Amino acid sequence: MGLFRKGNLSSILQRIFGKKHAKIGIYGPPNVGKTTLANRILRDWTGDIMGSVSEVPHETRRAKWKKDVKVENGNSSLLMDIIDTPGIATKVDFKDFMNTYGLTKDEAKRRAKEATEGVIESIKWLEDIDGVLLVMDSTEDPFTQVNVTILGNLEARNLPVLVAANKIDMENSSPATLKSAFPQHPVVPISALTGYNADNLYTNMVKHFSKKQRKKKRRYST
Amino acid sequence: MTKKEEKEISFNLVSRHKLDQLSSDEKLKFILKEVKNGKILVLEQGLTAMEQASLIENTMREIEHDTFIGVEMEGYSADQSSFIQKIFGMIKKPRMTLIGPANLLKTIRKDSNMIQTKIIPGKGS
Repeated sequence: MGLFRKGNLSSILQRIFGKKHAKIGIYGPPNVGKTTLANRILRDWTGDIMGSVSEVPHETRRAKWKKDVKVENGNSSLLMDIIDTPGIATKVDFKDFMNTYGLTKDEAKRRAKEATEGVIESIKWLEDIDGVLLVMDSTEDPFTQVNVTILGNLEARNLPVLVAANKIDMENSSPATLKSAFPQHPVVPISALTGYNADNLYTNMVKHFSKKQRKKKRRYST
Repeated sequence: MTKKEEKEISFNLVSRHKLDQLSSDEKLKFILKEVKNGKILVLEQGLTAMEQASLIENTMREIEHDTFIGVEMEGYSADQSSFIQKIFGMIKKPRMTLIGPANLLKTIRKDSNMIQTKIIPGKGS
C-alpha cells in the first residue's frame, strides 16, 4: 500500500491544482429560467439541449443531466456534469395550473403531484454535487425563502455557488438588487434567452468551480 | 342575509426554550403537524438552512390536493459567525421565522429589515 494510491494521488493533485471535473447543479425557484440556461450552456458547448421550457411553472419535474460538458476559458477549462434540477418551492397548488394556465383538472393534479416529487429530488441532489449555479429572476424580489434556504444549505455544505441573475433582457430587471442582496457570492447578470453576457458566466464558472473545496456532509447543523 | 361565519385563526408564538428541547426531527414534525392543522407559527428561534430544506422535503410528501397545498415560510438566516467565534465553537443561531399554511398565509414583501405578510380570512381551522 503505497502513499500514492490512485485516490490519494488524485486528491493531492486536486488540492494543488484545483478541480478538472465537477458536478454542477442548476438550482432555483420555478420559472426563473433554469432549463433555458441549461439549454444555453449545452447549445454553446455541445450543440445539444437539455429539455423543453414553458411559461407554466414546474415544466422540469425530473432532474436531467448531461455529462462531460467541457467549458473553456482561455487556456483553462473545466469538464462539468450539468444537472438541471426541478424548481424548488414550498407550496404546489394544482388550482394555479388550472386558473392561471388553463390546464384541465386532471392535467393540473398530475403536474402538481410530479412537481412535489421534483422538489424532493432537487433537495436530494444537493448531497451529490460539487457546486451550484443558482438562477434568480432579476425582475423579482431576491429575498424569497427558497433563495435564502438554498443559499443557506450551500453555505452549510461549503459548496461553491455562482448566482446567475437571469432575465436581464427584461425592462424591469435589476441585477444590482441581487448583487446587493447577496454580497458574499459572485453574481453574474445574464440573459439565458438571448445569450447576453453568457461569456462572462462561462469565465466565472471555470474560475469558480475549479477551486478546491472541502465538502461538508452535515444534515442539520449550520 | 346571513353573514358568512368566519373561522378563527390560531397564531402561536413558539419559544426558543420549547424549540431547544426538541431534536431537529421532532421540531419538523411539530411544525408540520401544527401548520397542517391551520395554525400560523412564529418561531422565536428559526430553523437552520438544513432544517428548512428538510421541512420543504417533508411538506412536499404531505401535500394533498384539496386539503394541504404547502407552507408559507419566511425568516432571516443566521448572521455569519466570525473567525474567532468559529474557533470557540460559538455558532450563531438562525433568527425568528414565520411559518403557516400556504392557503392561509401570504408573503407580500420581504427585505432585509421587514417581512410583510397577510392572512387570507375564512380559511383557518
